[in-house]
Amino acid sequence: MSATMQEKGRMAQLVDWIDARFPMTRFMKEHASEYYAPKNFNFWYYFGSLALVVLVLQIVTGIFLTMNYKPSAADAFASVEYIMRDVEWGWLIRYMHSTGASAFFIVVYLHMFRGLMYGSYKNPRELVWIFGMLIYLCLMAEAFFGYLLPWGNMSYWGAQVIVSLFGAIPGIGESLVEWIRGDYYISDITLNRFFALHVIALPLALVFLVIAHIFALHEVGSNNPDGIEIKKLKGPDGHPVDGIPFHPYYTVKDLVGFIVFAMVFALVLFFAPEMGGYFLEHANFDPANPLQTPEHIAPVWYFTPFYAILRAVPNKLMGVALMGAAVVLFVFLPWLDRSKVKSIRYRGWLFRSFLGAFAVSFIALGYLGLMPATPTYTLAARFFGVIYFAFFLLMPWYTRIDQTKPVPERVTYHAH
Amino acid sequence: MPTEHLAEAMMKKSFHKLVLGVVGLSALAWSAVGAAAEGHNSALQLARNDVANVASLQRGARNFVNYCSGCHSAKYVRYSRLAEDLELSEKQVTDNLMFVGERIHDTIKIGMKPEDASHWFGTTPPDLSLIARSRGADYIYSFLKSFYLDPSRPTGTNNLILPGTAMPHVLWELQGLQRAVYDGESDAEHNTVHKKFKEFELAKQGSLSPQEYDQFVRDTVNFLDYIAEPMQLERRNLGMRVLAFLIVFFLFAYFLKKEFWKDVK
Repeated sequence: MSATMQEKGRMAQLVDWIDARFPMTRFMKEHASEYYAPKNFNFWYYFGSLALVVLVLQIVTGIFLTMNYKPSAADAFASVEYIMRDVEWGWLIRYMHSTGASAFFIVVYLHMFRGLMYGSYKNPRELVWIFGMLIYLCLMAEAFFGYLLPWGNMSYWGAQVIVSLFGAIPGIGESLVEWIRGDYYISDITLNRFFALHVIALPLALVFLVIAHIFALHEVGSNNPDGIEIKKLKGPDGHPVDGIPFHPYYTVKDLVGFIVFAMVFALVLFFAPEMGGYFLEHANFDPANPLQTPEHIAPVWYFTPFYAILRAVPNKLMGVALMGAAVVLFVFLPWLDRSKVKSIRYRGWLFRSFLGAFAVSFIALGYLGLMPATPTYTLAARFFGVIYFAFFLLMPWYTRIDQTKPVPERVTYHAH
Repeated sequence: MPTEHLAEAMMKKSFHKLVLGVVGLSALAWSAVGAAAEGHNSALQLARNDVANVASLQRGARNFVNYCSGCHSAKYVRYSRLAEDLELSEKQVTDNLMFVGERIHDTIKIGMKPEDASHWFGTTPPDLSLIARSRGADYIYSFLKSFYLDPSRPTGTNNLILPGTAMPHVLWELQGLQRAVYDGESDAEHNTVHKKFKEFELAKQGSLSPQEYDQFVRDTVNFLDYIAEPMQLERRNLGMRVLAFLIVFFLFAYFLKKEFWKDVK
């Protein structure tokens, strides 16, 4: 006994001690040093780890903001200015959080688009995709609740408009809206409960869902730009021939991606934190005023594609239903897609055209949602809305008849 | 590492993609900012103020205290912070910028009660702490230069930028009073005249020349810009240092990645 104790260093002894009581080393192996990821990840594969980085950033900066923020209608606006002016480094933490909110959506939208391009939602990754979509829904709720907290005039009227959408539901609509607000209008009571949901309920749900998302991913293994299941071809050591351990290969690679992301993030944070009124809206520097609407009420940019769909429909209930459908339809992708191949690389022109048109209409709707609803813009929103839904609803048809190319045995990789 | 190796490594594709990505994303960011600024303020005159100009900020603070803070508070701005950022001693601030009874760590408040303000002006003069962020410096600059005589208004003046404003032209003694000149087109069919604003014409000389008045307004706007985000210079300064660090960090991480990925065939 004493001989072995001397052979092993103190650190190794500690690890042994923990491993006998908690699966630490096994866990590290399963999820990092012996998690075999395809070696052909490209640019699009940075955004998963970046989303995790931004989640941590939002949680950490959020904790520090909570230390000085006051969730009451009388004090909220002033407490944010107190953070910006009087709290040591408060401005930095607040800008990190506000820039982080927009960055989260940029990263998540790119991450989702990656999934669309390479068919990452297809069998056997349906649950990875569904957990991901639940994360996205929670993220939207989290962002919406958080946006009320600064208690600026755009916070106030944005919340007013979005909460009132529930009023379109027949029968229970009006009472549902009252129940959500806890009052007859957006008030101190609403602010308090949005605060509770923003700092406890949704972050908790997000963290659990992210864990489920990663566990489900590591159970089936990562997809890749070729859409090939690397587990099908294993070497004599039992590991996929085209796989490499996540750690160290992808930890060092993702570190490079993170630094590049941090540079772009720093450019916004330090040189344009308002991002021309898109990340922090001008009207939100006026305190909430129930008697005066801002000149032009628009949600923050990350909601505008759906907002444009809502406005494009003349009937309010139909508009709300279609807006909801525009978000929820993503969940059904694994079953809407009938193609035999996963990756866009081996799909035909039909899928490529539909995906391209979908991406263009998503961006176009996002732009239109920021603009005032003139007749021309509304017409354009209807046009792009139809393309948006066609991508999903026609998918069973065009993915079945699409001319696919043969998928190779091995992934495409050129050593650097 | 010898420079040839470095140059060779730099030529590699993945590096190019990353760089292109960064350049592309930042170009997108800046163009969005530019487009927003342009679209928002197309009808406005440019303030061309500079928050790094401390002398201008000091003059602006003086102007603010003399002409604005009778009615407008800046309730998030502390005098002590002004002293620090405007390179003034606490005594200078106490003697020149503060009213009797205020203390150095107080914020800029006003004595006028909101009820009185509503009674006198029909509205409460807004707090100006964040006005430069909610309206923009160019807007305030243009606003303060666009008062013109209008006998139909209770204040005797109206404003081209904010028609029907309740604010009187408090700077009239400095600027003088100006008349709005229109290009008129009579429309006999509808028995009206289509008016299009052409220019302002000085009706009554003020104590400042037009150039001096522009500078007066610019200094004041500069001060408002500064108080809206007092840490903005510090923010940009820190940003440069953070970016410099990230560039160095990037080089280390990039070559570390290359070293590891040599094994991947």
